[in-house]
Amino acid sequence: MTTIKSLDDLRKIKSAVQSKMLLRERSDNPEKLVQIRVAMATCGIASGAKTVMDYMITELEKRNIASVITQTGCMGYCYAEPTIEVTLPGKEAIVFGYVDNKKADQIIEKYIKNGELVEGIIPVNYESIDDK
Amino acid sequence: MTKFKMHLLVCGGTGCRASESEALFHELKTALVNKGLENEVQVITTGCFGFCEKGPIVKVMPDNTFYTQVTPADAIEIIEEHVIKGRKVQRLLYVNPETDEKVEDSKHMGFYRKQLRIALRNCGFIDPENIDEYISRDGYQALGKCLTEFKPEEVIDQIKKSGLRGRGGGGFPAGLKWEITRKSVADQKYVVCNADEGDPGAFMDRSILEGDPHSVIEAMAICGYCIEASKGLVYIRAEYPLAIERLKIAINQAREYGLLGKNILGTHFEFDIELRYGAGAFVCGEETALIHSMEGFRGEPTMKPPFPSVSGYLGKPTNVNNVETFANVPVIINRGPEWFASIGTEKSHGTKVFALAGKINNVGLIEVPMGITLRDVIFEIGGGIKDGKKFKAVQTGGPSGGCLTHKHLDTPIDYDNLISAGSMMGSGGMIVMDEDDCMVSIAKFYLDFTVEESCGKCAPCRIGNKRLIEILEKICKGNGTMEDLENLRNLSQVIKDTSLCGLGQTSPNPVLSTMENFYEEYIAHVIDKKCPSGQCKALLQYIIEEENCVGCTACARNCPVNAISGERKGIHFIDQAVCIKCGACLEKCKFNAVLIK
Ligand SMILES: Cc1cc2nc3c(=O)[nH]c(=O)nc-3n(C[C@H](O)[C@H](O)[C@H](O)COP(=O)(O)O)c2cc1C
Ligand code: SF4
Ligand code: SF4
Ligand code: SF4
Ligand code: FES
Ligand code: FES
Repeated sequence: MTTIKSLDDLRKIKSAVQSKMLLRERSDNPEKLVQIRVAMATCGIASGAKTVMDYMITELEKRNIASVITQTGCMGYCYAEPTIEVTLPGKEAIVFGYVDNKKADQIIEKYIKNGELVEGIIPVNYESIDDK
Repeated sequence: MTKFKMHLLVCGGTGCRASESEALFHELKTALVNKGLENEVQVITTGCFGFCEKGPIVKVMPDNTFYTQVTPADAIEIIEEHVIKGRKVQRLLYVNPETDEKVEDSKHMGFYRKQLRIALRNCGFIDPENIDEYISRDGYQALGKCLTEFKPEEVIDQIKKSGLRGRGGGGFPAGLKWEITRKSVADQKYVVCNADEGDPGAFMDRSILEGDPHSVIEAMAICGYCIEASKGLVYIRAEYPLAIERLKIAINQAREYGLLGKNILGTHFEFDIELRYGAGAFVCGEETALIHSMEGFRGEPTMKPPFPSVSGYLGKPTNVNNVETFANVPVIINRGPEWFASIGTEKSHGTKVFALAGKINNVGLIEVPMGITLRDVIFEIGGGIKDGKKFKAVQTGGPSGGCLTHKHLDTPIDYDNLISAGSMMGSGGMIVMDEDDCMVSIAKFYLDFTVEESCGKCAPCRIGNKRLIEILEKICKGNGTMEDLENLRNLSQVIKDTSLCGLGQTSPNPVLSTMENFYEEYIAHVIDKKCPSGQCKALLQYIIEEENCVGCTACARNCPVNAISGERKGIHFIDQAVCIKCGACLEKCKFNAVLIK
């Protein structure tokens, strides 16, 4: 360990460690951020949900969008996997189906950044526990 | 750098470790390695989440899933189901006791909803053995700010403005104490952290030290800067091995980073911290006794003044503060005194940590803004009374506090309101009682503790409290008189007025407050010779209900003292003067004819 000799040194350590803690910090008040849930049931994994999730995590961070990405179990759209659910702060959740990296890129650029809808929205046919 | 996309926070507090959370931690790690996920999912040991009764706790971030009572055997399922497939392990979720529903994430748990965590801000969130995680949460920023931007007087001013009062019991304004110690002139001064925590059932300070030791270290250094002390001492009871270990690790890390020692953060400020161990006597938490104990003498209190701020450890000016008091300091500097002062009530600012215990659904450690009502604490956060029983009383302030009842449920909790209600804040023990608890026995329970722990130096406390117990025992046995009640009250007052230290001065509080709020129960014991809640064994009566008795003689044959008489096939009868209330007859009667009244 090197010695911390000034407040500046301290701030440097803070920002170096911060990205590691970001995941925890952000999930402390997710309602203020873009929340994305990736369906990761067996069918989702089989059709590439994991790749999409990794892509989203890396890209959102690269593009400086504060977000919380979680995975969830079956959403009930096995035919449309991989599916992701996007909740912008203060808005209703929207589910997108058949998401690959290209589609994910569109979702980030159009919907998440500008609120424009893109193709592939699946009507929500379930009630999540959070609504109760 | 590896980028983790999920964090598994495993509670490493004393409570959870007692139920194998360490083994769980290792199982989770192994399972991750077996699945090749060790670079995607990080497992972290944290301090207490507060919900110890349902421990071991595992919290999954970022989805805030809160798993309770997790065993090492559950590790593989958590990894396979939750981490890999995103399916929450339903059977490990917390079940709301009121609705019987599973709660999917901690944001929706009643236990956390009304809490505000300042002193506990990092507990259950960071790895207490990792100084970097503390730094990432603004750790040591406050110290840096104080050393480089403020004069000591200015820092003291901020603490004064924040309105922070001592959390160790007395509620003395922390800023004022720092100022007095600063003004005492001496070649050497000391900062002492009181981590004795002797109240039965209390574990606030232990949890802070286990879960976030750096916050206390940082605050002690800030205090040292303010009062011009280069030495800090933590007086901690030896029964707290985990807190001691974490403190030691934290002190070493702070030294390695140069945050303790000479020329801290490039300034001329020098400060270091040592540990001193207590043997776990309640009276040693009293500051003068604590200082004597640190000096190697018997832990006996002495008259104040002189106050430690003027003449303390080794006769030098010494600033003694409680663990939780210190834990608030860095946040006050970082967020500003106005922010802190905006929380709470007019005269009690900020939050208070309570150890919630007793007949309540959610037992645990909570931190709430001052001014919250007892009702919210007991029924919202605490989830109400266990087994659908009725609320009767809540004891606050530990052995020196009092019992409050229904009529106090909507009182906003703060230092002054609790005192005017006949109790006190104390260090934050809060024990909830239901209809089955006998208030006379409760008063006796606390006095038993006081008598055990009295140092014996002065007569009112040593002898007076013993007499109080004797009178209470007499009442519980059904031999009490109205004169005894009068004596209880008078003697209590004398003990309060004439004892040397806080222990004796407050020891009669449980008696006085139960007499004040539950006088009818005392009367029932003394006049009707009945214990309304059925706790005082000597006052129970076993009787035989004529209609149900078939005269099988089973009871009479099993009564060890031949208290039961009656013909075969005839109605039986218990002679109360002979009965020793062993309960054998009740157990043996197959016809429900024996009753307790
Ligand atoms: C009998 C007795 C026991 C005490 N035990 C403790 C204790 O365990 N921890 C504590 O911080 N203060 C305890 N105190 C209060 C201390 O004497 C002192 O007021 C406190 O440490 C000051 O710190 P604060 O102003 O930050 O609360 C006790 C007081 C008495 C009279
Ligand atoms: S009041 Fe009790 S504990 Fe305090 S000095 Fe007197 S005997 Fe000792
Ligand atoms: S055991 Fe019950 S029924 Fe039998 S004699 Fe005793 S009281 Fe009566
Ligand atoms: S309680 Fe015990 S002593 Fe009393 S009557 Fe029943 S068996 Fe006999
Ligand atoms: S010790 Fe684990 S929750 Fe308190
Ligand atoms: S023994 Fe000292 S006053 Fe009685």
